[in-house]
Amino acid sequence: MQIKSPNFKENARIALHNVELQEALGQFKYGFPVNRANAIKRLPEFDDLRDEARDLKNHIIENLDIYLEQFESKVIENGGHVHWCRTGDDANKAILDICKQVNAKTVTKGKSMVSEEINLNDYLEKNGVQPVETDLGEYILQLRDDHPSHIIAPAIHLNVNDVSETFHKHHKRPKTEDPQALMKEAREVLRKQFVSADVGITGANFLVAETGSSIIVTNEGNGDLTQTLPKTHIVITSIEKVVPTLEDMSLFLRLLARSATGQEFTVYNTLSTGPKREDDQDGPENFHVVLVDNGRSEMVGSEFQDMLRCIRCSSCMNHCPVYGAVGGHSYGWVYPGPMGSVLTPKMIGIDKAAHLPNASTSCGKCEEVCPVRIPLPKLMRHWREKEFEKHLTPKAVRFGIASWAFFAKRPAIYRWLSRGSAWFISTLAGKKGRLKKLPLAGGWTDWRDMPAPQGKTFMDQWKAKQKAGE
Amino acid sequence: MSRAEILGNIRQGLGRQEATAEQRDKALARIAAHKATIIPKRSQLDRKGQIELFREMASGAAAELIDLNELAELPSAVSTWLKQHDFKSLVSASDACLNELDWSPLGDIQREQRIAQSGDVASLTTSMAGIAETGTLMLYSRPESPTTLNFLPDCHLVLLKESDIVGSYEDAWNLVRQNNPKQMPRTVNMITGPSRSADIGQKLQMGAHGPCVLVIFILKDG
Repeated sequence: MQIKSPNFKENARIALHNVELQEALGQFKYGFPVNRANAIKRLPEFDDLRDEARDLKNHIIENLDIYLEQFESKVIENGGHVHWCRTGDDANKAILDICKQVNAKTVTKGKSMVSEEINLNDYLEKNGVQPVETDLGEYILQLRDDHPSHIIAPAIHLNVNDVSETFHKHHKRPKTEDPQALMKEAREVLRKQFVSADVGITGANFLVAETGSSIIVTNEGNGDLTQTLPKTHIVITSIEKVVPTLEDMSLFLRLLARSATGQEFTVYNTLSTGPKREDDQDGPENFHVVLVDNGRSEMVGSEFQDMLRCIRCSSCMNHCPVYGAVGGHSYGWVYPGPMGSVLTPKMIGIDKAAHLPNASTSCGKCEEVCPVRIPLPKLMRHWREKEFEKHLTPKAVRFGIASWAFFAKRPAIYRWLSRGSAWFISTLAGKKGRLKKLPLAGGWTDWRDMPAPQGKTFMDQWKAKQKAGE
Repeated sequence: MSRAEILGNIRQGLGRQEATAEQRDKALARIAAHKATIIPKRSQLDRKGQIELFREMASGAAAELIDLNELAELPSAVSTWLKQHDFKSLVSASDACLNELDWSPLGDIQREQRIAQSGDVASLTTSMAGIAETGTLMLYSRPESPTTLNFLPDCHLVLLKESDIVGSYEDAWNLVRQNNPKQMPRTVNMITGPSRSADIGQKLQMGAHGPCVLVIFILKDG
């Protein structure tokens, strides 16, 4: 998709004034986060599982080459093929080649964020292969020429009326605003696509080195029809998805559904291992795994290595106050929210994505809810440092930081100034103790009053307590 | 080309060359041992507890449960259910335990053993295991049980023997390994309730692309 991350501020401004989006986001915060909290209450081991998952992911990264090679050898042993792709272009070409080999005209697609990352749909279409998204949300977006605003609930920014109009326009059927009827309509229309597609493309939530299997996790069953009905199944996924064993995969599955939608378990967890067997009556005759790197291998050993633990549950964005206010499209690329603010600069460059790691209140909620305990605020800070080093930070901000650093390095002046400004602000505030306006702080006071400092500064109180021997 | 570059980058990041034989053997030994990680206590119950938990979790996931005292009751139970819903046909798996039953109670309902096709209203399969932890069925593909039966029809009817209910996913994986010692089946399906989606206006609706209804016929231990 087209990169719009450099316009984050403008995107966010528009999003904040978009009434329908705000309505959807308002509803959203009572969905996934509440369900997650309830699911965790029912599983006392949840935090222990998170620790174990973090350690296991670290072990996998330490042995990533070994597990990937083992996975590859098992896929081949099962009669499948593995395509290693350094870049998005390599992956697109590999997939198109497979499609050409089987003379594919149409492909059905399960949900895959990696395919969004590499612009697979555009590439296939330009080369004469028609992709059909089958995840309900992705299907709606494809009809609208739109893009996901969330990694597991792609059409979260749309309301029932939007879907109703879209279906009416494309399906040429009587208009309805009943969600059940709309879903039935999509089910009927897509049935024909499932059955007639030449190739099915799915993503993978995990790859199992022990068995050479890929697994997809879906609630709709679209991924299953996508990978079962066509003669060729292509799995497009990224290198960090590999896990050693089925037991290890089970650990992540226990965390994934609960962290994502708050379900105990997703409806369909489906393992695919190679093409159909000699006596099988259905299933694909060809099984391909397209392993995409796209910058991930360079994260190994870097300050961003922890990000490779991500299992794409979306919990960080579900709980993020910034995502909750501006929605996913404001981030301007494929991955929104805190995980996106770490990944996007790596994939499209910090020069284009510098706003994203700054679009954080550093409240720490993302790290608190991450099932593999990725220190997301720390990783965003690393990007801010890189932005500063590369002189991408605006002049006013650099001036502000430099001024602050000047005083911070001179504690006596710093404390004197703090004391002075605390006194000045509290005098301005008067008896009410609150300010309606404050120079240079319009961003705050336009929306709420600024509480004035009360009493002495922290350092003065500290000194007084030290003296009193407390 | 890409392969060497990707693996080279990873190794460079890890600060080492290609893994030594010792490092590789250690990772492969870990795979061979396939040790379980933490298994939630909730699934470590006695038989009765596991069965109860399975029922509770499967119902919680919106599966419909129907009890059978003996296997011979299955055809009439299936027939009753299909007639209640005014369905005239059934596409079925061909496991031996299903084939040896007397299907005459179906009457006019047409029963075929084949892969599923678009338009099929109901399918019947068996299930290798029921996993109590989350009320999950585990099915796997084989000539007698084509995968399309699990996904294409509007309603999926599944026979589950109480004796096949296990506590955790790990117990079920061990069964898959036992049943398929040479090679994993092409596909293993873990199914927890009927298909659903909340992609339209954040409103959860049942019956997205997979079956709209999941009925589990639970056969009591003899």
